Amino acid sequence: MADALPPRFRPGDRVRVREAYPIGHVRTPYYVRGKQGVIERLCGAFPNPEERAYARPGEPLQPLYRVRFLQHDVWSDYGGQSVDVVEVEIYQHWLETAQ
Amino acid sequence: MGGLAAGPVERTEHDYALWEKRVDALMVLLHHKDRRLLTVDELRRHIESLGPEAYDKMSYYERWIHAITETLLERGVISVDELGRKIETIRAREAQRG
Amino acid sequence: MSDGPEHPHVHRNPPRPDQDDTLTYYRALEAAVRELLVEKGIVSAEDVRRQVEEMDGRNAGRGASMVARAWLDPAYKERMLVDGAKAAEEIGLDVGPLKLVVVENTATVHNVIVCTLCSCYPRNLLGLPPDWYKSRMYRSRVVREPRAVLAEFGTVIPDDVKIRVHDSTADMRYLVAPRRPEGTEDWSESELARLVTRDSMIGVAPADKA
Repeated sequence: MADALPPRFRPGDRVRVREAYPIGHVRTPYYVRGKQGVIERLCGAFPNPEERAYARPGEPLQPLYRVRFLQHDVWSDYGGQSVDVVEVEIYQHWLETAQ
Repeated sequence: MGGLAAGPVERTEHDYALWEKRVDALMVLLHHKDRRLLTVDELRRHIESLGPEAYDKMSYYERWIHAITETLLERGVISVDELGRKIETIRAREAQRG
Repeated sequence: MSDGPEHPHVHRNPPRPDQDDTLTYYRALEAAVRELLVEKGIVSAEDVRRQVEEMDGRNAGRGASMVARAWLDPAYKERMLVDGAKAAEEIGLDVGPLKLVVVENTATVHNVIVCTLCSCYPRNLLGLPPDWYKSRMYRSRVVREPRAVLAEFGTVIPDDVKIRVHDSTADMRYLVAPRRPEGTEDWSESELARLVTRDSMIGVAPADKA
């Protein structure tokens, strides 16, 4: 089993998704980049898919989190209820502590 | 793709054709730890490279067989030449069947 | 293994008129890749046949049996919510390397699943997903306007119920455990399982009524 990077975040932490736009294969959807949310759980550590997409090992394993966002924080014109959320799996290297 | 405006969700479904199920099967078999000849990430990268028009012009399994083929070519599992010759053979065989 | 004709009972949406050549090309591509791989000894024709059969054997009933068990057994439900794949295996379902998160609908929360990036789906449990789940329309809209999309499916979520949309962006796969319908107090596990539809486990519909 390959080495895993240590997790930097815990459930309940407020995080911000980096607003980067590299070419290549990325699993962080556009709609959450630059947005703030809360760590819902740590899913484990997995090979980095951005590297795996080029047949590279993607090691060390990258912690993967489920991050919960309020819909009205994500979409300026969200038409549903204020408590509605969207929960997205995001790799640690895309997250930073929210200010 | 999340958030782009689009029309109503069409609820039509179709039974999968045998060739489509075989594409799916090839993906599972090649991904399997006994072979590890492709990763889902490579397939996704190839599909993303097709660009948004691919969603109008190609069906789901057409995109996946394209991606599987590109991955195998990239990894040197098959060569462009042998692929071309094999497609030629298959089309000739189908033409003979009439 | 010859590339024989499609089974006559298979019905599909007809291809667009200008796509006939495209269809033939990609079918030929599949056959070419498969035959080359067999010639090289990478897979056998039997491997392909068996894998097709195995996926054919996976269906919504497998997920339904988990949900029905959870409705009857609160301790199983808790285990299912912690580790869905382990809970599947506990009742004899082979799901391979699937990492499954099960999310529970309640009186105040409704869950719906999507993969906006491609079309990830718990195939090893439920089999292949429906076309609409993979469509551009569903994937782009349900994350942004889930209530409107659900309403198009005939599912109206009241204002006092929160919606959680789960975007299956990475290695986890998701299953919704719908609410147990009313009037099913004495029902057996297999009777209950029949109410749990594929669409209810994606989250676009409730379980069928009793």
